[in-house]
Amino acid sequence: MRFVRRYLIPRLIQYVLVTWLGITVVFIIPRLLPSDPIESMVATLQAQGTFRDPEAVRQMVDTLRDMYGLEKSLPEQYISFWKRLLSADFGPSYFSFPTPVIKLIGRSFPWTVGLLLTTTVLSWIIGNITGGLSGYFTGNRLLKIVDWIVMFLRPIPYYVLGLTLVILFAYLLPLFPFEGGYTIGAKIAFTWSFIKDVLRHAFLPALSLSLLGVAVNHQTMRLIIQGVKEEDYIRYAKIAAVKERAIFGRYAMKNAILPQITGLTLSLGQIFGGALITEIVFSYPGLGFLLYRAIVNSDYNLIMGITTISIIAITTLILLVDLLYPLFDPRIRFR
Amino acid sequence: MKTLRDLCRDSRFSLGAVVVLILLLLALLSFFSPYDPIEWRVVQRDLPPSWKHLLGTDSKGQDVFWQMTFAVRNSLALAVFAAAISRVIAVVVGLLAGYSGGLIDRVLMFISDGFLVMPLFLIIVMLAMLVREHMNTVNLALLLGALGWAWDARLIRSQVLSLREREFTYTAILSGTPTRKLIFNEYSLFITPLVFTTLINNMAWVVGMEITLALIGLTNLNIPTLGAMLRWAVSYQAMLLGLWWWLLAPIGVSIALFVALYLVSLGTSEYLDPRARIQRVGAR
Repeated sequence: MRFVRRYLIPRLIQYVLVTWLGITVVFIIPRLLPSDPIESMVATLQAQGTFRDPEAVRQMVDTLRDMYGLEKSLPEQYISFWKRLLSADFGPSYFSFPTPVIKLIGRSFPWTVGLLLTTTVLSWIIGNITGGLSGYFTGNRLLKIVDWIVMFLRPIPYYVLGLTLVILFAYLLPLFPFEGGYTIGAKIAFTWSFIKDVLRHAFLPALSLSLLGVAVNHQTMRLIIQGVKEEDYIRYAKIAAVKERAIFGRYAMKNAILPQITGLTLSLGQIFGGALITEIVFSYPGLGFLLYRAIVNSDYNLIMGITTISIIAITTLILLVDLLYPLFDPRIRFR
Repeated sequence: MKTLRDLCRDSRFSLGAVVVLILLLLALLSFFSPYDPIEWRVVQRDLPPSWKHLLGTDSKGQDVFWQMTFAVRNSLALAVFAAAISRVIAVVVGLLAGYSGGLIDRVLMFISDGFLVMPLFLIIVMLAMLVREHMNTVNLALLLGALGWAWDARLIRSQVLSLREREFTYTAILSGTPTRKLIFNEYSLFITPLVFTTLINNMAWVVGMEITLALIGLTNLNIPTLGAMLRWAVSYQAMLLGLWWWLLAPIGVSIALFVALYLVSLGTSEYLDPRARIQRVGAR
């Protein structure tokens, strides 16, 4: 019971509060402008000059009026905003009218989740192992080379690395396709050739996300394990003639991995943003590319939908990691 | 002076510092540019690198080398401006939260945790969409400055928390030093280095965000920045047309900038944290 009261309930409260805060920010942002956001949005749309279905414009303005409801008072606006949200209604998308925004998001979401989860888990594991090794066995030549490579990779932003990989491995050495999630026209089915096609398309985006993920995890893990190495229990194990490999695996790594789990929850938002950016570079059919198309077409409904869903997805993921954390840390289980 | 000499003993720091200096020089060179960076068709188009045009020319009829000097200048100016704004916020929030504790601390940390957890990129995109028509360097700096402080505020807070427990804080409080004086005279000594290293990291973040926003078309592309240069090269299909110099210049310079800034911040933060320094010496 103590565990529930001291760990579980605060986590759940935090989850609700952070999600609420994020969605409220989404509510506030369009209202920051001194001018009428709907007017300015319509002006932007008209300035683009392309012909649009007048019905689409009217419906768009309607949803916007309904969502923003600027005639009403702020609290009333806020309530109607939440009502729409809870019924998962973000209105129709503008650039592929009249498809509802939620449907477009639903179509892209699995691609992002697949790419994000695979690369995050993979790079977290790899980065922690290499970082742990290089922090513990400081004399090793090979690990020093890895350290240097990581040092040059880590500060590069997602977009620049993605672009560089496209140039290197899609244009100069045409090993991989440079855009899309699968060959256009391919039949979507669970056949080996389709899966192979999907993997081939996912390789470069996944590589670019993983490289940066490994670099970040490697560096932090290296610092953490250098600190752990100075702890008394490691020294004691050494004096007790425990084998070096056993000390590393059983004592050093096991203790150093805990802050890395917490670190993962704190950086998930950033990783998510990185995944979106990478998808834009590779025109990968996930949320990021959808976002790009929404930006190009000034589809504010869609952007709000994507942001809201992303916030909920990230906070939920964080909650999941938080709930799993006691499995790794007995101190919390038996508190 | 001695600090600088000690810092330069770290090969990583000196490498980073040299590259940053070269880039600063490049930025200064822009004041002597023979061409107007805004003007199109001032030179022959699509020329490969030569002595006359060190990095060739692009499809807009601009000299890539001189264009780049402007790009570096504008990107760096943006980075310094935005990072300075977010430093002010980070220091105020960090000090306030760390020193006052209690409810203020909890509320401020909840907000900054919210900032950390949120997909900041999406929030930035939403805001940038709204000011799209009026986007310029100042607005972009304000936007990125207002959002990039959360992590650093946390760092400063944890530093202040540890300072609060030190002997000298109690001595100061017991001998009647006003809080303002304690913070400005005593704590600032400990916080300044932290502000400096986070400043460098934040600058790199700003430059990277600018490039990303420019490439998705949310900045003013008429102002030559690293992002705008890349965006033009990409949208003119420079790679397919074989104009590699047009793409290579901004990519190369921005990667050099990111790595150099990172090395400098790594060098300084290790210098400032003696524990890490001893470990490094021991590892040699």
